[in-house]
Amino acid sequence: MSSSEETPQLYQAREPVFPRRVYGAFRTLKWWLMAFTLGIYYLTPWIRWDRGPNLPDQAVLIDLGNRRFFFFMIEIWPHEFYFVAGLLIMAGIGLFLFTSALGRVWCGYACPQTVWTDLYILVERWIEGDRNARLRLYRQPWGAEKIRKYGTKWLVWLLIGMATGGAWVFYFTDAPTLLRDLVTLQASPIAYGTIGFLTATTFLFGGFFREQVCIYGCPWPRIQAAMMDEDTITISYRDWRGEPRGKQRKGEAEGSHGDCIDCMACVNVCPMGIDIRDGQQLACITCGLCIDACNDIMDKIGKPRGLIGYMALTDESRERSGNAPKSIWKHVFRPRTIVYTTIWGGIGLGLLVALFLRTDIDMSIAPVRNPTHVVLGDGSVRNAYDIRLRNMNAEAREFELSVVDHPDIALSMEGVEGQVVLVGPDEQLNQRVYLTAAPGTDEGNARSTPVRIWVSIQGEATRDYRDTVFNGRGQ
Amino acid sequence: MAAPNKKHDKPTTGHSWDGIEEFDNPLPRWWLWIFYACIIWSGIYMIFYPAWPLVHSATTGILGYSSRGDVEAEITAADQANQVWYDRLTSTDLNAIADDAELQRFAVNAGAAVFRAQCSQCHGAGAAGVVGAGFPNLLDDEWMWGGTLDDIVTTVTYGIRNDEFPDARWSEMPSFGRDELLTPEEIDQVVNHVLNISGQPHDATLAAAGAEVFDYNCSSCHGIDGEGDIYSGAPALNNAIWLYGGTEADIRATVNNAHFGIMPGFTNRLSEAQVRAVAVYVHQLGGGQ
Repeated sequence: MSSSEETPQLYQAREPVFPRRVYGAFRTLKWWLMAFTLGIYYLTPWIRWDRGPNLPDQAVLIDLGNRRFFFFMIEIWPHEFYFVAGLLIMAGIGLFLFTSALGRVWCGYACPQTVWTDLYILVERWIEGDRNARLRLYRQPWGAEKIRKYGTKWLVWLLIGMATGGAWVFYFTDAPTLLRDLVTLQASPIAYGTIGFLTATTFLFGGFFREQVCIYGCPWPRIQAAMMDEDTITISYRDWRGEPRGKQRKGEAEGSHGDCIDCMACVNVCPMGIDIRDGQQLACITCGLCIDACNDIMDKIGKPRGLIGYMALTDESRERSGNAPKSIWKHVFRPRTIVYTTIWGGIGLGLLVALFLRTDIDMSIAPVRNPTHVVLGDGSVRNAYDIRLRNMNAEAREFELSVVDHPDIALSMEGVEGQVVLVGPDEQLNQRVYLTAAPGTDEGNARSTPVRIWVSIQGEATRDYRDTVFNGRGQ
Repeated sequence: MAAPNKKHDKPTTGHSWDGIEEFDNPLPRWWLWIFYACIIWSGIYMIFYPAWPLVHSATTGILGYSSRGDVEAEITAADQANQVWYDRLTSTDLNAIADDAELQRFAVNAGAAVFRAQCSQCHGAGAAGVVGAGFPNLLDDEWMWGGTLDDIVTTVTYGIRNDEFPDARWSEMPSFGRDELLTPEEIDQVVNHVLNISGQPHDATLAAAGAEVFDYNCSSCHGIDGEGDIYSGAPALNNAIWLYGGTEADIRATVNNAHFGIMPGFTNRLSEAQVRAVAVYVHQLGGGQ
């Protein structure tokens, strides 16, 4: 740093990061995770799942137009949105769990920003070469080589971005049809707009913003600090082993330096452009690449591995004073993570039970309250109800409505003879239903009487009920 | 090679909370560019869109955009889209509308809109009328002038007892008491007769005498048994539904002074399709015949 009298700059250009290629256990894990997560993302819309002639055959489909969500054998209707809410809560608590146990493991391995940036850096390396070649090209003035290489890189990035935006829209409509429409320019402007927007964001975030998204844009690094404690596994530099850093020079006494030879391997491979030897910091996404890089160096100079490694804060003081660290498992299994796991599992279990207990019919009743009741000529009292019948089945079925407990209350429907109404396949029907209490009966005279309306399917054992209220003359 | 721990030499803001200090980091440069881009954008926006408030209006911008114009365009587009349906509504036979589920659905929704705007002031938002005040309940099973679709269309088109249209339904009940057509004793008797035929507590002796009074004075419109007559708009008196109240005092007041309820005709305010739509809407509220 220069002298402190110098006026500090108000604005700072980004210092470009050119991560060097690295080999090792964590790098391999990250390659596999990248293949796995991108595979799920790009391929899922193309899985087919036969649901009969009346329903779409796409395994995972968010059908916003018809307000249905299909997930393999499960079909979710809008009124069952609590399943989605439950899954989101589970995802949130899952993040709490992983963060409290393993630190920013989401950021380092699974976050789309990390995965796509990793993919973009891979493309960059294939086209321009490794760190030194990229640095050299970056500092070169614009010329034929730079234009060719940068142009190729940006083109490939754009294609990846388009594939990313393209895969996204396939989740919302039948994928093969949409692909055909997209190619023949028949698809809706919304589809093209969405693809364009996601292409642009993927291109910019993966190619140019990169680590700045995590440092400036993402709220998660800030929130995570509240979830980490001294038992959280995170990446540390063992400075008591490494310092004083530096190369062993001729004439210097053996042991005048620590294990760190200040080779900068850990800094050069870091996709965030930080120095892990400064300690844990906000910009570190704990991707483990510095561990791989340092282990490689330690092997080469014949020192034990683990100068940089995953460890918990409590182990630092333990190791510093020469004691053995606690086992990883003792850090991971502690009351906090067990509580998170219990809540997470409890919600999951509840959702599963709800999923298997639900019936494929549903009814909701909105009593007409203006007026509360109508007196008919013969003195009987009639209430109206707007009833919504949902047939969550691929076949059209006949729904029969009835009131069982009150023999003096008759049920009839507007525009339909009898008590049976046909509801189309996977459809809902709004039906005005009347309950009429015979003249002089208790139900007709009382202010209000609780009634239970039953719905059953003709020829099936499926039935359900809803409780509502019958309003009388109030005498 | 960079000096180790260089970040720790960065200047701080000078603030210190429990020994925790804040780096005085510079803002990223791209943030500055976005800031400038926003300023340029706002300049372009002011040229193209309404921006500066004046005393009575605002600058219009060269695109001439206004949110009111947007709404107008949307309403015009909606009207044009509905025109197909209105055409179908007028060309389809009134009683065949219900056979076309789509058309029926349109008629009910369009009719509900008409009802809320034109009818709900008297008949109530729920079409239950005002019981005892002469605004009929459209949900029950009694119709003074008929409850078929055709009857309702006629009533809505020309109204009830208004001078504006010769075709309007017309009838007038005499004021038996005020005009001294009946003596107070006869009125007493006929009131008790009406209480009797509507199944309410009454004086049996008076009611028996009242039957004769009713026969002479009332039955030509209200029917021999008080069953009413839709051709003269005479309500049934032998049931539980009362337009102006069914207590002894209410009935006495009606016999004494009569009532003359007026409904406007809507043929000048509503299109034929709208009249048909509101008739379909009213017909399916539970009372249609």
